[in-house]
Amino acid sequence: MRVRAQMSMLFHLDKCICCHTCSVACKNLWTDRPGAEYMWWNNVETRPGTGYPTGWEDQDHYKGGWKRDEKGRLKLTLHSKAGGLGKLFYNPSLPELEDYYDPFTFKYGDLFDTPQQEHQPTAVPISKITGKEMEVNGGPNWDDDLGGSDVFARNDISLEGVDDTVRAQMEEIERVVFNYLPRICNHCLNPACVAACPSGAIYKRGEDGVVLVNEDKCKGWRMCVAACPYKKVFYNWDTGKSEKCILCFPRMETGQAPACAHSCVGRIRYMGVLLYDADRIEEAVSLPDDELLDGQLDIILDPYDPAVITAAKASGIDDGWLDAAQRSPVYKFVKEWGMALPLHAEYRTAAMMFYVPPLSPVMSTIERNMVNLDLDAERVDFELLDQLDKARLPVKYLANLFSVGDEEPIRKALRIMLAVRSYKRLQSVDQSIDKTTTAMLASAGLTEELAEEIYKLTTIPTIDDRFVFPPYHREMSIEAMEDVMEHRGMAGFGALEAPHRGA
Amino acid sequence: MSTNDLLFGVFPYVAGALLVVVTVIRWRFRPFSISSLSSQLLESRRLYWGSVPFHWGLSTILVGHFVALIIPRGFEIWNGAPLRLYLLEATGLALGLWAAFGIGVLAYRRFTNARIRAVSSTMDFVVLGVVALQIFSGVWIAVGYRWGSFWGTSVFVPYVRSILTFDPKPEYVDPLPFALQLHAFTFWVFLALMPFTRLVHIITLPLGYLTRPWQRVVRMRESPAVYHPASEKPLERQH
Repeated sequence: MRVRAQMSMLFHLDKCICCHTCSVACKNLWTDRPGAEYMWWNNVETRPGTGYPTGWEDQDHYKGGWKRDEKGRLKLTLHSKAGGLGKLFYNPSLPELEDYYDPFTFKYGDLFDTPQQEHQPTAVPISKITGKEMEVNGGPNWDDDLGGSDVFARNDISLEGVDDTVRAQMEEIERVVFNYLPRICNHCLNPACVAACPSGAIYKRGEDGVVLVNEDKCKGWRMCVAACPYKKVFYNWDTGKSEKCILCFPRMETGQAPACAHSCVGRIRYMGVLLYDADRIEEAVSLPDDELLDGQLDIILDPYDPAVITAAKASGIDDGWLDAAQRSPVYKFVKEWGMALPLHAEYRTAAMMFYVPPLSPVMSTIERNMVNLDLDAERVDFELLDQLDKARLPVKYLANLFSVGDEEPIRKALRIMLAVRSYKRLQSVDQSIDKTTTAMLASAGLTEELAEEIYKLTTIPTIDDRFVFPPYHREMSIEAMEDVMEHRGMAGFGALEAPHRGA
Repeated sequence: MSTNDLLFGVFPYVAGALLVVVTVIRWRFRPFSISSLSSQLLESRRLYWGSVPFHWGLSTILVGHFVALIIPRGFEIWNGAPLRLYLLEATGLALGLWAAFGIGVLAYRRFTNARIRAVSSTMDFVVLGVVALQIFSGVWIAVGYRWGSFWGTSVFVPYVRSILTFDPKPEYVDPLPFALQLHAFTFWVFLALMPFTRLVHIITLPLGYLTRPWQRVVRMRESPAVYHPASEKPLERQH
């Protein structure tokens, strides 16, 4: 057992309201520069939908992630090593700017400088690249709230396997259904971007698992952009270098939450340490599809297990990190409660950002202009506990996103959330906790204490409950011994020189 | 000293010195500035028709030139049979035309695509011109002064070897036709430009990728005791 630590983020999708505060905080901090305008290291997309960049989940097209060959060996979907070098001059799997959008601003000056005329002047859109006037036909969050649209929702490839009648119901305008999916870099345990980089410029930090691009070593071969199945590495057209989410490591190193998590209005984000067994990564991501999810969750270690603690200390993880791992809210949601799942584990990168799937209202049908809730009259309190198939957001769809198509982990997570909700409603509104209630909790695998604990961390957590950061001990890092400026270029952002497309 | 001596006796060393010294300085002090400066994100379709023929055509021919330089005798033996000579010449010319087609597409793309125009620096155009001249003069030689692979080993290789052995014999170039002089001179210009322009990305050809492990884990702290030797490293110094 070789224990390594990972800073992991958890997204409680049931609380996300798609306000994009996270995206804007990130944009203001890191990507408000020439060449980076189109990049959204953090984005929130409406699902079902095609996301950002358009259709990023279509790996037949983009060739992201890893695949398992007939002999059970792991292969990079994008290329073999020699094949990768053969595609240096042109990479057919690379997204184009149109797959994101052409960055634009407006000619605001015209509003002031136009000579007096009959009509009011307008600020026309101009391209941020060419400076020329352009027609805007794409932009950040272009798909916002278009859950039922032909353009976005219908083309979501994660709808595969969802029953045709259910799909038809989803598309009917009265029953438009959508939820939100915030995404950042998953800081994977088996990152495809690192594996695809011909220059070896991308690396995973041993201490906290943050995946970074060494901007000095990057030569702009852009294989990482294609290889990342989540399309979270971006090519800066101005500097000729790749960039990606750095998990705000300068903030984490000083005990602050990343900008996206810190600014989250719905307080949907949690952060904490996960310990994992680095020796078993390859084995876990090489399993057949139906064992992948369990395999990935299995290599996350119990921070209370004495054997793990001993091994962790031998691997250089200090008491501060162990303590943080034991108090980690992410560990609770993912391992103790089984409520959170990684996004698209079938990409075999062992993504380390986790999602609590969202609840949705009951599916209704309209008969003679009356809304029929399709529930028996006894239970019209939207009780979905035993009727998850009537949820508006099909379980199968969520399973395609979060559990490699297996509905069981989704059902389990949703039932826990519904049971806690019913329990708290009965407790605070009806004030009647009886045997039926405890039986209902038990049916979701909960006790009253556990339900209280889940309720507290879900609904009324303080900032210290949501974000548990270990002491980073920057004084012990190499950076402290050497010129800090010299190391900035290796840290994934910034540079000693003005980052401009040079000679 | 004649112009010929200056251009073909002195300038090659100036170019070589610039290549070595400036490249080392740039690699050491300005690593962030070294990039292939790909523009595929901004325009993809024409890049495919330009970049692939250009790079593969030119690099294959360049390798052919190097082989001729290192083992001219091998070329002579190969060309002993006319059929093999025709085959080699035809292959060389085809690759040259392929590369010429590629750079034509790339030039068209750089001049006409608004986005590519916007990200082009003056040096990009200079590089484009020099490389185009290089390819053009090469194709000119192949067509106008046929069987270059045959006569080249005795006419041209001695000159290049004289430069490489620090015993310059620029007089070897003096009686040659203009096309050959142009071809040789633009190559020295090419070398001199390399460290100052995007051409520097040639030296970054990432062959190390073939042997490195898939994953890279780097430690920020100096505690080698915990490194896993096969897959983990301390934060490396670029310099």
